[in-house]
Amino acid sequence: MVQQLGHLPMGWLMLALLAMLASGGFFVGRVQAERFNGAAGSVRIHSRPNYHGYYVAMWTFVPALIVALAYAMLGEGIVRSLLAGELPANFRNMPSVELEVYLDSIARAAFDHGYGGADRVFSAIANRFLELQGMVKASAIGLALASAAFGFFLARRKVAPGFRARTRVEGGIELFLFLCAAIAIATTVGIVASLLYESLRFFSEVPFWDFLFGTRWNAQTSAEFGALPLFYGTFMIALIAMLIAAPVGLFAAIYLSEYAGPTVRAWVKPVLEVLAGIPTVVYGFFALLVVAPAIRSVAVWINTTLISAGITAEPLLAAQPTSALAAGLVMGIMVIPFVSSLSDDVINAVPQTLRDAAYAMGATKSETVKHVVLPAALPGIIASLLLAVSRAIGETMIVVMAAGQRARISPDPTADLTTITVQIVALLTGETEFDSPKTLSAFALGLVLFVITLFFNLIALRVVQKYREKYD
Amino acid sequence: MTDVAPAPFRNEKALKRLKKRRAADTRFRLYGLSAIAFALAALSLLLVSILSQAISAATYHVVRYDVVLDPAVIAPAGKDKPADVARNIDGFYELLRSNLLQTFPDAQGNRLATRQLGDLVTRLAVLPVAKAVAANPTQIGQELTVKVPLNDDLDLYLKGAVSPEARVKLGAVEQGSETATGQVRLSGPNAFKGLQSLIATQRAEVGDAADARSILVTSGTATGRVVSLSADNLEMDLLAGSASDFQGTRPLARIIALPEAQRNVSDKQIAWTLALKDMGRISRVPHTSLLTNTDSTYPELAGALAAIVGSLLTMLVTGFIAIPVGIFASVYLEEFAPRNRLTEIIEVNINNLAAVPSIVFGLLGAAVFLGFFGLPRSAPLVGGLVLALLTLPTIIIASRAALKSVPPSIRAAALAVGASRMQSVFHHVLPVAGPGIFTGAILGMARALGETAPLLLIGMVAFVADVPSGPTDESTALPVLVYSWATHAERAWEPMTAAVIVILLMFLITMNGIVVFLRRRFERRW
Repeated sequence: MVQQLGHLPMGWLMLALLAMLASGGFFVGRVQAERFNGAAGSVRIHSRPNYHGYYVAMWTFVPALIVALAYAMLGEGIVRSLLAGELPANFRNMPSVELEVYLDSIARAAFDHGYGGADRVFSAIANRFLELQGMVKASAIGLALASAAFGFFLARRKVAPGFRARTRVEGGIELFLFLCAAIAIATTVGIVASLLYESLRFFSEVPFWDFLFGTRWNAQTSAEFGALPLFYGTFMIALIAMLIAAPVGLFAAIYLSEYAGPTVRAWVKPVLEVLAGIPTVVYGFFALLVVAPAIRSVAVWINTTLISAGITAEPLLAAQPTSALAAGLVMGIMVIPFVSSLSDDVINAVPQTLRDAAYAMGATKSETVKHVVLPAALPGIIASLLLAVSRAIGETMIVVMAAGQRARISPDPTADLTTITVQIVALLTGETEFDSPKTLSAFALGLVLFVITLFFNLIALRVVQKYREKYD
Repeated sequence: MTDVAPAPFRNEKALKRLKKRRAADTRFRLYGLSAIAFALAALSLLLVSILSQAISAATYHVVRYDVVLDPAVIAPAGKDKPADVARNIDGFYELLRSNLLQTFPDAQGNRLATRQLGDLVTRLAVLPVAKAVAANPTQIGQELTVKVPLNDDLDLYLKGAVSPEARVKLGAVEQGSETATGQVRLSGPNAFKGLQSLIATQRAEVGDAADARSILVTSGTATGRVVSLSADNLEMDLLAGSASDFQGTRPLARIIALPEAQRNVSDKQIAWTLALKDMGRISRVPHTSLLTNTDSTYPELAGALAAIVGSLLTMLVTGFIAIPVGIFASVYLEEFAPRNRLTEIIEVNINNLAAVPSIVFGLLGAAVFLGFFGLPRSAPLVGGLVLALLTLPTIIIASRAALKSVPPSIRAAALAVGASRMQSVFHHVLPVAGPGIFTGAILGMARALGETAPLLLIGMVAFVADVPSGPTDESTALPVLVYSWATHAERAWEPMTAAVIVILLMFLITMNGIVVFLRRRFERRW
């Protein structure tokens, strides 16, 4: 019986039960308040009956929900520690990691509805696991019901003509809204905490400076964790991308805001934004399918012409099938809209009076743009470039598919380079145990990535904010 | 002191300078135009290269064969339960192979040829047939017409994607006969002149490499590989059919540029395929299995169904979390938040989060959801949670913009008739801002749908052969499928990947289309 409870699909059941209780609470509260209202109108009640209903429902639902959530997070752990406490001594003397693995297998077997294996002890423990799970589940349900009942009675007693139910309900809603907004903070805290925690574990095994300035990276096979080649590759590819995106994006923005008529603008601007809407994996495929082979054949052609012209004796370029140039080029195309659309906004925000003044002095359009508009919009443009750089540094799929896996420092753009993001993906896909330095190094790389992009983003956001204040 | 006479405005120097300045202006304008042209050209190159690949995957070739479902082969005694029949791929494949051997008896007795003939169709291709028969066991013992997909390499060959091929129609062959060495000699006056000159031009282009090229001569169901030829005579190894098939016909000769050793398809397989095609047993049909099959290691059997369902499940989780939380958060920040340090921090935070690389969210998911909470790997639930955190800032920023655009008069009017702040927001401001918030939410979901990197880190890149039935099942997603197919080595995956990209882009276009429609329909200027 208790074992049967162990298989119960808890989540939905609990939610349905709580929803039922809450709507019951709502009706009780509402009916009670209506009674005041109906009492010959002698008493004026502060809040509409519905709000009394909401108030009771809120107090029925929320405490029970907290219990249910706590169970969802901690339930498994409680069952495990109870079971571990009951295990015979020879189990308890196992190293904690082995015990965890054993308990994992127990939980899995218990989950498969009646383990029918040969090992008597094992199946007995699995059954006991189910029993304990059933007990914990039952007590969680009991506790949830009890707190619902407690909340319900407490709230019901409050219902009175003068009770400010609406204020209380709205206070509750506002708290809920605040919690929703706080999820953004929780996310950041989660990111920083998890990256820091795993990175610190990594740095306890690999010295920090060796990681940051070592020149040999070989995380997959041996334990060489010098990340400098990755930083170099990331930098190189982002540089190539910006060499494309900065001039193209900037000139596109200038043309659109200063030269183009409204019809051209209305058509070209959304089309440019399509570039930003295409998933990056599609760019990666494009790089792999079209750009990388093209670059390779151009590089091979350069090599052969140089050799046949007698300028070099050996091939000058590496001409790899995947190359930094291919990844950088495609990434540059991807980043164009990030530069153009923000630059376009800031150029448009430059007051028309500045332009008119320049024209009045006899300046041509390009002189006005070069000497008046661009200097005025410069901070915003720099911000857009910084945001684009941070995009390029953090971009993953294009480099994973088109940049390569080899960690090296080479000035040759047709060689394959690897980046921070490529290595994170390479380290964390496939089977991963959470404790090896190999896996942990991915988090250290993630931390570096996070810090670098955060740095660029903060500066850019700051600049944009300052700039907005200047002209608004 | 001398009076400096004001220089006349139209002196020669000034005019020259003006000309120069005007030229600089035109140049500047051209730079802008070429920047836009570059971006548009890049976009169209991207789309054209993907679409042209995808179109070739829109259809594929299937082989038709008639087969008697011999119970001794597909349901031998002791293995005749429907479940056994459904699993009996060996039996069904044996039926197919014997059918092919009947069609091409020359291959009999030759192990290499038999294997090559069997390779026309992948073994696993008969699985749907086995399942269909198992579902309807009365068919056992009956005759059945079955269609199975052709091997991907031959499919590519028929689509002309394996190698460039030059073709020439030969003159009338008067006689086809077998020689003493087992070869076939065709003869006809001047019948092979055209082929000779074609070979000569190819030799002029590539030199001796032309010798390695296969020259296949086909007439109806018969095909031979040319060994030697003159203007009137041609000797060849027979690959399919018989010598007499050539008599009185005008065969077609094809020179395949890629030498046989460098291809995945042999000349013999090409000959058989051409023969089957001539018999009308190979036909090109719409590639519906791309939408109805799940992933496979064989390109011609693979489909995107599991990934589509996985993506939908992931989006469901993402939408259920990110949209309400995003709306509530933006309502709080825009309407209720007091201006203090905490809300300022939240705001900076949200703007920052929107620019954090997506892969960092993947790391968060791997460390917190998988490592700390112990949620299952590869599950749409975890993917959805990670993507929800990822899209939350986007949705919040968009919703705040929509709330901001609601004129204060609406709030003031609601407050003036005695509504509380909460009531004014939920009864009046939110409904007015609804379309704007909704468009922001869809745009956020569209971004989440195309996101790949975080899903890789939480293990959604695993090979998934079954359609996931719930958010905790192992699953993959459309963009991840694009990634894993794109990194396969075989050529046939390229058009398949492009086709999946087109499916993905169609979803995105639909979502963006809804946004454009909503904006047109509901946009209000106050």
